[in-house]
Parts: sequence; C-alpha cells; structure tokens
Amino acid sequence: MNWLIEFFGSAEYWTGDDAIPLRLLQHLEYSFLAFAIAALVAIPLGLLIGHTGRGAVIVVVSANAARALPTLGLLVLVVLLIGVGTLWPVLIPLIALAIPPILVNTYEGIRGADPDLRDAAYGMGLRGSQVLFRALLPVALPLILLGLRLSAITVVATATVAAYVGLGGLGRYIIDGLATKNYAEVFGGAVLVVLLALAVQTLFTLLSRVIVSPGVRQVR
Amino acid sequence: MDEPLVRWDWIARNWDNGGPTSVKVLLENHIVMAFVPVIAGLLIAIPLGLACARYRWLYQPTVGIMNVVYSLPSLALFSILLSVTGLTQTTVIIPLTLFSLAVLIPAVVDGMQSVPDHVRQSAVAMGFQPMRRLTRVELPIAVPVVLAGLRVAAVSSISLVSVGALIGQGGLGYLFIDGWQRQFYTPIVVGIVLVVALALVADLVIIVAQRLLTPWSRRRA
Repeated sequence: MNWLIEFFGSAEYWTGDDAIPLRLLQHLEYSFLAFAIAALVAIPLGLLIGHTGRGAVIVVVSANAARALPTLGLLVLVVLLIGVGTLWPVLIPLIALAIPPILVNTYEGIRGADPDLRDAAYGMGLRGSQVLFRALLPVALPLILLGLRLSAITVVATATVAAYVGLGGLGRYIIDGLATKNYAEVFGGAVLVVLLALAVQTLFTLLSRVIVSPGVRQVR
Repeated sequence: MDEPLVRWDWIARNWDNGGPTSVKVLLENHIVMAFVPVIAGLLIAIPLGLACARYRWLYQPTVGIMNVVYSLPSLALFSILLSVTGLTQTTVIIPLTLFSLAVLIPAVVDGMQSVPDHVRQSAVAMGFQPMRRLTRVELPIAVPVVLAGLRVAAVSSISLVSVGALIGQGGLGYLFIDGWQRQFYTPIVVGIVLVVALALVADLVIIVAQRLLTPWSRRRA
C-alpha cells in the first residue's frame, strides 16, 4: 500500500516524460495500432480459409507457433536484427503475436457453423459471398470476438514486455523501476497494467453484448 | 552487421561451463519453473473442475474469475509478487499456476460434459458406486478433452517462463537478456530454439500419454 501511495502520490509521475497519462496514451497507441493491423490481416484471412477450407494448415501452424514462441526472445531478436530507431521493429513482433488468436477463432467460427445453416442459405439462393456474410458471419461472431479479445490481451501484455527493448508505455515503469531498484515504481506500473488489462477485458464483454445478434445468443 | 546468426563455438563453450548461467543449468531451471505450475494446476483443477461439473452454479463465477486471471499480463503479476516472494522461482511459479488453472478448469468441466448420458446411466445400472463410476468410467472418457487443455497449458507455460528473465528468474529467458545487452544473436537464437523444442517435446509426451491412456480411441479410428 505504501508503495502505491508513494507511486501515485509522487509529482514525478504526473508531469513531464514519465507522466502516467502520457505513458497510458502511448501504451494505448501502440497496442491499438498493432491490434488494428493484426485484425485487418487476420479477419479476412480467417473468413477466406474458413469459407473455402483451403489453407487450414496455416491456421494450425500459426496457432501452435504463437503459443510456443517466447515473446521476449522474439522481440529482442527482431529489434536487434532490424535495429531500433523507428517504431516498426517493435510493432512487427507485436502484430505477429496478435494475429494467431484472431485467425484461429475466425476460422473455427466459420468452419464450426452448423452445416444445415450453410445448406439452407445456399438453398435460399444466396451466392457464396452472401452465405458467408449474411449467414455464417453472424453465427461466427461470438468466436471472432473471443479471438479479438484474446488478441487485444496479448498485445497489451506484450507491449508491456516490449518496454525492455525501448518501447514507451506503461511497461517503462516496470522495466525502469527494476533497473533502478525502485520497487514502488515497479509495483505502481504493474498495477496500472493490470487495470488496463481489466478495462480491455470489460470492453470486449460489453461489445459482445451489443453486437452479437440476440438470436445467436439464445442458441448458445 | 557481419555477426553470424549463430556462432556454434559459443554453444559448445557455454553448454556446460559450470557457471550458474550455463545453458544446461538454465534449461534445467526452465523445466522446473514451467512444469511445476502445470502439474500443480492439474492437481488443483481436477477437484475444482469436478465440483463445477457437479454443482452447475459454481461454473459461471469460476470461469468468470479464470477469464479475468488469464487476461492479466505475466510481467505485471511477476512484478506485483516480487514484493511478497522476492527474487525466487516462486515469483514465476505462482502466476503460471494461475494461468494453467485458467486453461485446465474449463477443460476438466468440458471433459466431464463429454461423457454421454447413456454411458453414465449404464454405469449406474451396472452398480458402479459414485466414486468408482468417476474413476473407472467418467474420468477415462474425459481424458482426451482434459489432455487437450493440458497441451495448451504446458506449451504456454514453457514459453511464458522466459518473461521471468526480466525479474531475474527466467530460465532460458536469461539468454534473451544476455544477447540483447551484448548485441549478440547466438544466445537469443539458442534460447528461442530450445524453448520451442521444449514445447514440442512436452506436446509430444502428452499426445503419447493420451494414446496410452485411451487405447479404445485408436480402435475406433
């Protein structure tokens, strides 16, 4: 508790380069950028693979690789190889780690849709893309949102670790605090990261209440 | 940079150099910190999962809590625990146990639900007492689903341990820090390869265990 008071009560963390609002904004900016790019790549790809059934191997491989690859190692290696300077060397591993959860869940959502539903949609005279967007997508939406949520959580966590290779954001407090043995700073930063993760989690729970079709929710 | 991605002589020199940061010692530490959480997680998840499958009202709140736990970044948890458990392996093991639980409890519940009702009723009709029905009929049928969860838990645990290097307890993760500080690729590549290899081996061991534990599934397929 004393650490929290020390951290949040210190003027050092409310003004200048190390101000909490600034660090939070940075964290949100990197996370959102990586998340948005990952979603733009993974959702169309997942829809395509799920609908056509071609390239399912990519999904399986990426899911397994994403789980097994150590985040810190990947970050350090990519940043060393490309070199620091711009934001991209750090964003690339973030995006790479954000893609698999979305890809896998989008694919599973489309693949796992009731075959009767698919047949019925074709029977009603819908064309391939109409079947996908009007019948399969709404049914797959809960799983896709789950994928987006897992991905967002991964990004927020990885962006924290990425402070080690020079990224700004809330991870800075943890990394800098550890380096200077300022444990109040480490603790305060960790609490902020936890709060951010909880906020993201809540946001997606609310989002799925709003955009998932009530019909789909009933069936589940 | 002219630096090659892998310097083989570095590996030969540092594999077992007797020091606390020889690759062999780091690998051993890594295995301990990765597997203790998974095994502890399984031992806790089985009774909790069974309770959730038996008393349905427990399920929603438990899964809710586990979802929240799963969303917490590992580095943040390590940092918070640092004030309680200090720079020890426990600081890494406790959060990873929580993550394992978040995967394994739903797996145990799903596994119990995968037991067809007619099988359960047949067992009752054949005179199985609840305890024997659980251990002889229900748990064996639940094995594939539980082990699928165990694979996810084991692989994630192995890769997450390396984040612990930032607080000084990361097994092979130390190689990432070392490589970064010296701008030297070889330790980083060695670390990544060993972590992925360890994950693959763990995955394979669980697949083999599943085949041995469920001999009937092979016959059907």
